[in-house]
Amino acid sequence: MSATAPARPNAIRRALDSDLWYSFTRSPITVASAIVALICVGGAVLAPWIAPHNPFDLASLQLMDAFKPPAWEMDGDPNYLLGTDDQGRDVLSAIMYGARVSLLVGFCAVLLSVSIGITAGLAAGYMGGTVDAVLMRIADIKLTFPTILIALLIDGVVRAALPREVHDQIALYVVIFAIGISNWPSFARTVRGSTLVERNKEYVQAARVIGVSRARIMVSHVLPNVLGPVLVIATLNLGFAVLAEATLSFLGVGVPPTQPSLGTLIRIGNDFLFSGEWWITIFPGIALILLVLSVNLLGDWLRDALNPKLR
Amino acid sequence: MFAFIISRLLQALPVMLTVALLSFAMFAYVGDPVAIMLGQDYTIAQRDQLIADLGLNQPFFVQFAKFVVNAAQGEFGLSYRLSRPVAQLIVERAPATLELALCAAILALAIGVPMGVYTGLYRNSWLSRFFLTFSLIGVSLPTFLIGILLILTFSVWLGWLPSFGRGDTVNLGWWSTGLLTWSGIKALILPSITLGLFQLTLIMRLVRAEMMEVLRTDYIKFARARGLTNRAVHFGHALKNTLVPVITITGLQLGAIIAFAIVTETVFQWPGMGLLFIQSVSVADIPVMSAYLLLIALMFVTINLIVDLLYYAVDPRLRIGRGKGAH
Amino acid sequence: MTAPLLEVRNLRVEFPTRRGTLVALDDVSFSIAHGEVLGVVGESGAGKSMTGAAIIGLLEPPGRIAGGQILLNGRRIDNLPYSELRKLRGREIGAIFQDPLTTLNPLYTVGQQLIETMVTHLPLNPAQARAKAIEWLELVGIPAASQRIDSYPHEFSGGMRQRVVIALALCAEPKLIVADEPTTALDVSIQAQVISLLKSLARDKGTSMMLVTHDMGVIAETADRVAVMYAGRIVEVGAVRNVVQQAAHPYSAGLMGSIPPVGRRLERLQQIDGSMPRLSAIPPGCPYNPRCPHAFDRCFVERPELMPAKDNLAACWLYAEQGVPRHA
Repeated sequence: MSATAPARPNAIRRALDSDLWYSFTRSPITVASAIVALICVGGAVLAPWIAPHNPFDLASLQLMDAFKPPAWEMDGDPNYLLGTDDQGRDVLSAIMYGARVSLLVGFCAVLLSVSIGITAGLAAGYMGGTVDAVLMRIADIKLTFPTILIALLIDGVVRAALPREVHDQIALYVVIFAIGISNWPSFARTVRGSTLVERNKEYVQAARVIGVSRARIMVSHVLPNVLGPVLVIATLNLGFAVLAEATLSFLGVGVPPTQPSLGTLIRIGNDFLFSGEWWITIFPGIALILLVLSVNLLGDWLRDALNPKLR
Repeated sequence: MFAFIISRLLQALPVMLTVALLSFAMFAYVGDPVAIMLGQDYTIAQRDQLIADLGLNQPFFVQFAKFVVNAAQGEFGLSYRLSRPVAQLIVERAPATLELALCAAILALAIGVPMGVYTGLYRNSWLSRFFLTFSLIGVSLPTFLIGILLILTFSVWLGWLPSFGRGDTVNLGWWSTGLLTWSGIKALILPSITLGLFQLTLIMRLVRAEMMEVLRTDYIKFARARGLTNRAVHFGHALKNTLVPVITITGLQLGAIIAFAIVTETVFQWPGMGLLFIQSVSVADIPVMSAYLLLIALMFVTINLIVDLLYYAVDPRLRIGRGKGAH
Repeated sequence: MTAPLLEVRNLRVEFPTRRGTLVALDDVSFSIAHGEVLGVVGESGAGKSMTGAAIIGLLEPPGRIAGGQILLNGRRIDNLPYSELRKLRGREIGAIFQDPLTTLNPLYTVGQQLIETMVTHLPLNPAQARAKAIEWLELVGIPAASQRIDSYPHEFSGGMRQRVVIALALCAEPKLIVADEPTTALDVSIQAQVISLLKSLARDKGTSMMLVTHDMGVIAETADRVAVMYAGRIVEVGAVRNVVQQAAHPYSAGLMGSIPPVGRRLERLQQIDGSMPRLSAIPPGCPYNPRCPHAFDRCFVERPELMPAKDNLAACWLYAEQGVPRHA
């Protein structure tokens, strides 16, 4: 009797034809967060071309310009809209370059989680039995340990095992690996659940009967049907990954200081909080909040829009 | 019941052993403990003596067995960084972390559950919308940034609350508590909020989602059709049914609280285990790291056991299932 | 004739959706006398369950009563404030749902649920209520009731759980039971037992019943009168014997033709071609016109109301000459 069709099978296709766009335009918060997210991503990606200064060009740094407050404050310099840090770097430019690193780490980590998660989920759901039991047990244990802890341990071990210079060189990959390896179970569980449902559907049975191989059934028949939920979790996970990276960098074990991310900027600025130079830490903080909040709002909306049951 | 606890403990054993193996491997193979402990100048004889003392020339399994036996007795060796027994360091720091985690957990539960129930029941009221917006901000704000913002507001600008440390503490035996002095309690406020806020919003969103799910079920409809009061339906029937998932997540979140305590302790220079751990990671102080890892694993196992026992108390279906299994 | 226990007048239920308002029940009128069993039949989606839900005031939002009246003992109950309506539920109108596996709260014993219901509505203390609860469990045929009272729902079979549900619906002694497909989810072998239990309890207690089902066999066996619903409207009402044996409305006739007769050989069962229109696409005139073998011009233009037809009332223009349209 209700107006909405049952969920799942063609969630993506059905939603794209009208419902998704409709619910998007009907939610001002979603539109606003899409715009904010676009600005953040745009600013980050295009930083080398549109940033007012290059914070990594040591030649252009003027120590005289250090600790300038934002342009609208009394001693502000219109050259530096959001002020400068202790080395005279433009905070706005540093934020744009920092967001670049944060997003890079976030995307790569999610990509890693998605690949591991989908593979493990498909294998567990489709093969069942021991494979299923072992994989889900690992996922359980993994879920119990918080991302931050795992990432810290991985970083600590790598740090202890390798000389400092080598560690700094590969630090970015270590962070991506540490965050990515921590988040796959949520994908694996969702994919496994959907796979179990799909596996017993008639079209999959039929495909089996006509002799299509298992791997092919999984990839070409089951996979498209689980992409909707995966997309939702991926979006929400991007927010978490960016936060995790920021937290690690804040703790000083994330990306190397030569490539500061938003978290690194906040950590550096934190030292000047008590001496009154609040802008060095607060503006990167606001940028981080806006980025994560808009991504999370989009993820939330996507989840509700693709899952009519919860509407 | 007793058999149930035993079986859960037996299940926990492999997990603990795996973690022990991991932390032993870290202990034994990462870096060169001998070089670190000897410092710059040493003779070959001194080196061989130390290797023999540490038992590093023995076979792997003997070393591992020794490690496990020692660990079970709380013996983790010396910290490379501070040259003091690791166990002693941890015992000193544990009360600070546990008090902080406990306050944060209580805060998260005492506020998060009622907010979740309210927003689940009155989905469209303006207060619910406010709570939801608030919760989304809570989920999106990184812990360390919450801490920084709180420090900026309440310590730097308003000057009401301290921004670091535990304040004055009182020693009750080996346990040093900050809960008995005014300055200790004041020092606890900002860190607890910082640590608890994320869990609070998470619990609120979880309770809300579960509440909404349960309110759609037939037995709630039937309870209404039987003419039960709203109070009985909402709190007797609906809330109780949301408890099982809430207990699971809260249990898992206790783990997260311990982990995020690392961050909170860094921001507030809180002298707990988390701060000890992060300082150890930055200089690769392996004995402390491996001891911390084991300790965290032990906490998780304990929390999981408690969660299972709570399930057992809440859901009669599990009782019967297990009972039959035992016969 | 004394005033009916329940009277539904021109009930209209709407579901606002973003593609326009759907009319789920349109101009539904019927009544149930004291002690009477009214069967309500029709295909799924015809509005049977929704009628029941509207009467107990438990329409799923955003569904709402948009017009008409519901009267219990002459008192309007469709516009009561929530707290008044709550006191009515269980006490005046009991409800039985379709699936006994999901109707009982899994975390409480059946005794707790029975006692809770009785203490809410009747002047009993918990000890008295417990004694009553055991009586009720015995009455609905639960063996060893005094022990089983402390069992949880999952410890009962489906049929036993539906007996518990019946006890729960009846324990505050309501005058009307709305039973929504009470046997559909049960094994066929159990269905007859549950129906005969329900029937005998209703007779003993003098309880009226609205029995919603799509099983004509159950209706024929249990109901005094029967209302046939189609696309949110009542298309025929009459004594059960008349409707079953000589249905007036072509739809009811089709429905009855699809029951295998006992003791008579038939080449094949009749079937009704096509399917019920969706609520968003109900044709003008008689909603049955696309499927009706007898449809003529008027059926496509003007909507028929209930009018005398054979010995029943039917909403069908075939009977227009029998007299002026009137309500049931």
